[in-house]
Amino acid sequence: MHNRIDKLFKTKASNIVSIYTTAGFPKLNDTLSVIKALDKAEVDLIEVGIPFSDPLADGETIQKSSTIALENGMTLKLLFEQLKNLREISEKPVILMGYLNSVLQYGIEEFYKQCNVCGIDGIILPDLPLGEFEKSHKQFTDKYNIHAVFLISPLTDKKRIVQIDKLSKGFVYLVSSNSTTGKTQDPMKATEQSIKEITKLKLKNKILIGFGINNAKTFNQACSLANGAIIGSEYIRRISNSTNIEKTTIEFIKEIKTGIYDHSIK
Amino acid sequence: MKKKLNNHIDKDGYYGNYGGSYIPEILYNNVNELNKKYNSIIAGKAFRKEFESLLKNYVGRPTPLYFAANLSEQFKAQIFLKREDLNHTGSHKINNAIGQVLLAKHLGKKRIIAETGAGQHGVATATVCALMGLECFVYMGKKDVERQAPNVSRMKMLGATVIPVLSGSQTLKDATNEAIRDWMNNTENTYYLIGSVVGPHPYPDLVTKFQSVISAEIQQQLKSITGEPSPDYVIACVGGGSNAAGAFYHFIDSDKTKLIGVEAAGKGIDTGYTAATLNIGTPGIIHGSKTFLIQNNDGQITEPHSISAGLDYPGIGPLHSFLHETKKASYLSATDEEALIAGMNLTKKEGIIPALESAHALAALEKIKFKSNDVVVVNLSGRGDKDLDTFINYLNKKENA
Repeated sequence: MHNRIDKLFKTKASNIVSIYTTAGFPKLNDTLSVIKALDKAEVDLIEVGIPFSDPLADGETIQKSSTIALENGMTLKLLFEQLKNLREISEKPVILMGYLNSVLQYGIEEFYKQCNVCGIDGIILPDLPLGEFEKSHKQFTDKYNIHAVFLISPLTDKKRIVQIDKLSKGFVYLVSSNSTTGKTQDPMKATEQSIKEITKLKLKNKILIGFGINNAKTFNQACSLANGAIIGSEYIRRISNSTNIEKTTIEFIKEIKTGIYDHSIK
Repeated sequence: MKKKLNNHIDKDGYYGNYGGSYIPEILYNNVNELNKKYNSIIAGKAFRKEFESLLKNYVGRPTPLYFAANLSEQFKAQIFLKREDLNHTGSHKINNAIGQVLLAKHLGKKRIIAETGAGQHGVATATVCALMGLECFVYMGKKDVERQAPNVSRMKMLGATVIPVLSGSQTLKDATNEAIRDWMNNTENTYYLIGSVVGPHPYPDLVTKFQSVISAEIQQQLKSITGEPSPDYVIACVGGGSNAAGAFYHFIDSDKTKLIGVEAAGKGIDTGYTAATLNIGTPGIIHGSKTFLIQNNDGQITEPHSISAGLDYPGIGPLHSFLHETKKASYLSATDEEALIAGMNLTKKEGIIPALESAHALAALEKIKFKSNDVVVVNLSGRGDKDLDTFINYLNKKENA
């Protein structure tokens, strides 16, 4: 079955730019305009966060964006309505990222079915245990052609990395350090060591690095170690006060790709 | 703990449909390490000896099982109070804090973090950390910092750093979120000392076991007083549910003993201002555990309300969700007002000022039809010093009305 994530990696396996954005942020109806802007800015992958009241794995910036989105009136039901027209505006791979409780309350099968209807290619649920995925989700991700992406951290042991790689489809998400999103001081130090170990394991999936990637420097470092990187908090920060999301987005991605803006020396 | 009991938990940490470990990968190693080691550590001879010695000599256990003659006359039953309020630091929370700090030491962790609602768990943790010379950070919702000021001062005096939490409803739920985030950012040196029977497996089991000293003592004490170790009722308030879990533990499979948990109804279970999780909640995931919680249709966790900071929590320990579903325990609720009245009643009748949390358990005495020879144990989980302002405000309002 055709999946845009696989298609992407067939043609491009390095310097992958993946951007995270929170659905319904900064304004309720910005979800699609942000995706459109990211498409125009030529990112490779788009991750859309399902806002949750208690986002345990997220740092302050993304937490705040979630709170604002919820105050705007965002719900998972509304998100699927907004995403009905997704494939009219972009052919980029789109991944939904959220917390298990949202999926449980929506209904597990119904969730994956709607993902499929909207043209969603993958999901990341950081608090979904592997065993529970196999027991109650895998049948539906298979049925509806949704790639489940799992996280590994620098502390994940080899045996578990192999297990996670086996269950992941598309790529595995390597957390650059042990922290919540957007909080990292020197994200690449621990990552360098773990990448060395991980490379020896010859994983079937591509590896994208996330957490703490916030400028061209860290993006380049991540790309030198893996197939690409995921940027969340910094992008959220940029668009939160933007009067022109498209312009802000295009400029930001350009900075990341060309390295003309170095956040660390500001 | 010595007696092998069926604690109803399976190898993956589920009580029936509830429990488990729903945590981000970053925490997997920490939780897994704890899970692999906790049973053998806490069953070890050296650990048991130190734990029991501290409970006896430092905490002051066993706590009395006091026959409350005046309450018994009032409610026409044989009412006993399990005096957890007489523990060092003023509540049952110290039982668990000592157990887990010892466990943290065995695991080689030097930095302790905790969440707290009413501040009782924070004080207990800060106390044991002072005793053991460990660094202690306590996350507390800003709203709770304000309404539980004496406990904040106590924690600071004990050398702990109290971190006010500004996110969400600024109560226990958000304090727990922040503590978990701290843990994710400091996995290697930090032990997260959860204060209730909540969180990912093995915490619910771990905390239940440390608190089960309560029901073990009730059995022994009742036997020596009445000749019969099992009461007809055990009544305890339930927020996260640790004092109830501890008071219920040895009676869970007793055919004789009715277990009554009392949730905080807040302004009333149908008002939207409530913390009565089992009464109005539905199953979902909160703080790493599958359990009942108060949420909307979209799965967003709702801000709870209770006059009692210790019960102001939108989730509940998975053990209680299981006991509720299997009808091994019943869960009533008491409103803010009912708790205040019951707390004042105990103060006047028995000369004991209870914590507002425990006052919810006392409020249930009004709601149950007892037989005159029923032996009823109410777990008086904490003392009311921290709640004096709330009680006094209530009295003033009543006088002015």
